[in-house]
Amino acid sequence: MSADIFLQFDFPSILLGSLAALCCGLLGNFLVLRRQSLMGDAISHVVLPGIVLGFLITGTVDSLPMMLGAGFAALVSVGLIELVRRLGKVEPGAAMGVVFTSMFAAGVLLLEQTGAAGVHLDVEHALYGNLESAIWLEASGWGDLLRPEILAALPVSVLRLVVVNMAVIAFILAFYKELKLVSFDPLFADTLGISSRFVGTLLIVMVAVAAVAAFDAVGSILVIAMFICPAATARLLTDRLSTQLILSGIVAFSSGIVGYVFAAFGPAWIGYDMSVSAAGMIAVVAGIIQVVAMIFAPRYGVIARRRLQRA
Amino acid sequence: MTFLESFLGALTLNAGYNTAVVSIGAALLGAASGAVGAFVLLRKRSLVSDAMSHATLPGVVIGFLAGVWLLGDGRSLPLLLAGAALTAGIGMISVDWIKANTRLTEDTAIGTVLSTFFALGMVLLTVLQSLATAGQAGLSGFLLGSTSGMLSSEAMTIAIAAGVVALIVLALFKEFALLCFDEDFAGSTGLGVRRLDIALLTLLLAVVVIGLKTVGLVLVIALTIIPPVAARFWTERVSRFVPISAAIGAAGSYAGACLSASAPDLPTGALIVLILFALFVISMLVSPVRGLLSALLRHRRFQKIVHLRQGLLAVAHDEPILEPITRKLLIRRGYVSGDMRPTEAGWSAARRIDRDQALWNLWREEYPDEAHALADWSLKPIDEVLSPDMVADLETRLAPHDAARAAGGAA
Repeated sequence: MSADIFLQFDFPSILLGSLAALCCGLLGNFLVLRRQSLMGDAISHVVLPGIVLGFLITGTVDSLPMMLGAGFAALVSVGLIELVRRLGKVEPGAAMGVVFTSMFAAGVLLLEQTGAAGVHLDVEHALYGNLESAIWLEASGWGDLLRPEILAALPVSVLRLVVVNMAVIAFILAFYKELKLVSFDPLFADTLGISSRFVGTLLIVMVAVAAVAAFDAVGSILVIAMFICPAATARLLTDRLSTQLILSGIVAFSSGIVGYVFAAFGPAWIGYDMSVSAAGMIAVVAGIIQVVAMIFAPRYGVIARRRLQRA
Repeated sequence: MTFLESFLGALTLNAGYNTAVVSIGAALLGAASGAVGAFVLLRKRSLVSDAMSHATLPGVVIGFLAGVWLLGDGRSLPLLLAGAALTAGIGMISVDWIKANTRLTEDTAIGTVLSTFFALGMVLLTVLQSLATAGQAGLSGFLLGSTSGMLSSEAMTIAIAAGVVALIVLALFKEFALLCFDEDFAGSTGLGVRRLDIALLTLLLAVVVIGLKTVGLVLVIALTIIPPVAARFWTERVSRFVPISAAIGAAGSYAGACLSASAPDLPTGALIVLILFALFVISMLVSPVRGLLSALLRHRRFQKIVHLRQGLLAVAHDEPILEPITRKLLIRRGYVSGDMRPTEAGWSAARRIDRDQALWNLWREEYPDEAHALADWSLKPIDEVLSPDMVADLETRLAPHDAARAAGGAA
C-alpha cells in the first residue's frame, strides 16, 4: 500500500479514533473512581436528542449548533437525573435509566422530523459513528505531516478533537489535587473546603464536552467503551492516580490505532476481502486489553489474587 | 381514516387480529417487565438490564447467521431470540464475575460489558453486511423496536413468553419480596439468596430478550426501569408497589403498541418509552402519596397553620403583626378587620390559642421526653393530641402559674 493512500484515507481515521479514545479515556479515570461509570453511558445517549434539536432549531448540519445542542442536552440530563433521584428516592442508576432512555426516545422521534426536513440523520450513525469517512486528500507523502498548511486541511473533527484533548489535559492538570481528593475521599475534600459537588459538576461538563466531540466521529458506543475500559484496565495495574492516568491514556490511544488497523486490514490478513466496523473493533480491542488485565495484572489480576489467597 | 380514529380503533382492539395480538402481547410484556423491574429496583440493580440489553446484539447477529445456514432465512424469531439470550446471559455472568473477582465496581462492570459486547455486535453486523444475505433490513428493527409487519405467530410467541414470565413472578412473589426486604430470612428459606438473585436476573434477562423485537435493544431497559420508578410515587408497600409497577408497564406498552399501529413509520420502542415517561411524570406530579403537588399542598397547609397560630398568639399578646402572609390569613378568616384591629371572633380565637399554647408549654416542661418524641407537637389543639385526663391535669396545674403570672404582672 502506498503512503499517500494510507495518509489520505486511513491516517485521518486512525487519528480520529485514537484522539476520541484519548480524551474519553483520560476523563474516564475519575468516572470509574467515583462510581459514575454509567454517567458516560447516560451522557452519550442524550447527545442524540441534543444534536437533533440543534439541527431542528438552526436548520443546518453545521457542527457548532449541534455541539451546543448536545452539550445543553447533557446538562439537562444531569439535572433531571438528580431531580428523579431525589424526588423518587431511588438509586442513581435507576434515575439515569429513566432519564436517558426517555431522552433518547425523544431524540429518535425528533429524528423523524429531520427526515421531513430533507436531511438524513439516523440512529445507526449515532450509535456506530462514522470513523471511516474521514479523509485527508491534500496529503501526498509522509513529509506532509510536518507542513502546517497541509495539516490544517485535516478534517475539522480531527482538529476539534485535538483542541478538546488539550482542554481535557489542561483541566486534569489544573484540578489534579481537587479531582484526586473528590475521587478518593469526598468527605475529606469537603472538610478541606473543596466542594466535591463543584468539582463533580465541572467533571461532568468536561465529560459532556468530550462525549460530544468524540460522538460525531466514533458513535456513542465507542464513547462509552472509552470512558470505561482504559480507566478500568489502568486501575487494575496501579494504585497511583498519576500512573493510572498515564496508563489509561496509553491504553486508549493504542486501542484506537490497533482497533482501526484490525478493522481495516485484519480481514484481509485472513483472506477476506472486506473491512469491519472500526469503532466497534476499537472498543473490542479495549475490552480484550481489559480482560487480559483482569486476569494477569500483577497484583489485582485474578491469578495474582488466587496465588495470594493460597499463600 | 384519521390518525385518531385508527388509534382509538387499535386501543379498543378493533384494528384487526394482528394488531390486537401485538398490543396484547405488548401489554403482557409491559406487565412482566414492570413486575420484574420492581424487584430489581428494590435490589438496587436496575442498570444490570442495560448491560444485558446491549449484550444481545452479537447474539442477534449470530442467531441471524445460524438462521441463514440452518433454514436459509435469517429472520427466524426463535433463533434470533435464542442467540440474544445466549450472549445476554454471558454478559450477565460477566458483570457478576467482574464484580466478584476484580477490584472494579458494579457500574464499571456494567459499562464494560455493555460497550464491548455491543461493539462486538457492530463488528459482526459489518461482517453480515459483507456477506450480502437477504433480509438484513429486519435486523434494524431490533435496535429501536418495530411492530409493523410483525407476524401474528411472532406476536403470539412474545405474548406467551411474557405471560409465562409474569406467572413465574407471581409464583415467586413472596420469595422475591423477602429477598428485597429481609435478605437474611430469605437466605434461611429453601431457595437461598444466591439462587433467588439468579432467578430474578434470569427473569430480567427473559424480559429483555422478549422485549427486543417490540421495544428494541437500546430502549428495552426503559421497560424495566421507568414503571417501578413511577410506581415508587404511589406507595411504600411492596404488596402494592409491584402490581402498580406492572400496571404502569402494561398500560404504557399497550398504548404505545396501539399508537405504533396507527403510525407504523415511527419506531415502536420510542413511542412506548415516551408514553411510559409521560406516566412517570404524571405519577411524580399528582400521586397523593409522594407526588409533587400533594407535597406542595401539604407544605402550604402546614405554612398556613403556623402563620395563623403565630398571628393569633401575637393578637393575644397585643404584639404587632408584620408578616404579610399572616396578615392576609387573619383578615381572610375574619379574625382581624382591614386595619388589623382584632374582631370579636379574633379575640376569642386568640384567647383559645393562647391558652392552648400555655398548656403545651407546661406539658413540654413537665414531660420533655415525650414532647421530644412527638413531632409538630404544638401545631394542633392540645385536646386533639393528649388524653382528656392529661389536659385536665395540666389545666389544674396551670392555675398557680396563671396566678403567679398575674401577680408578676401586677408587681
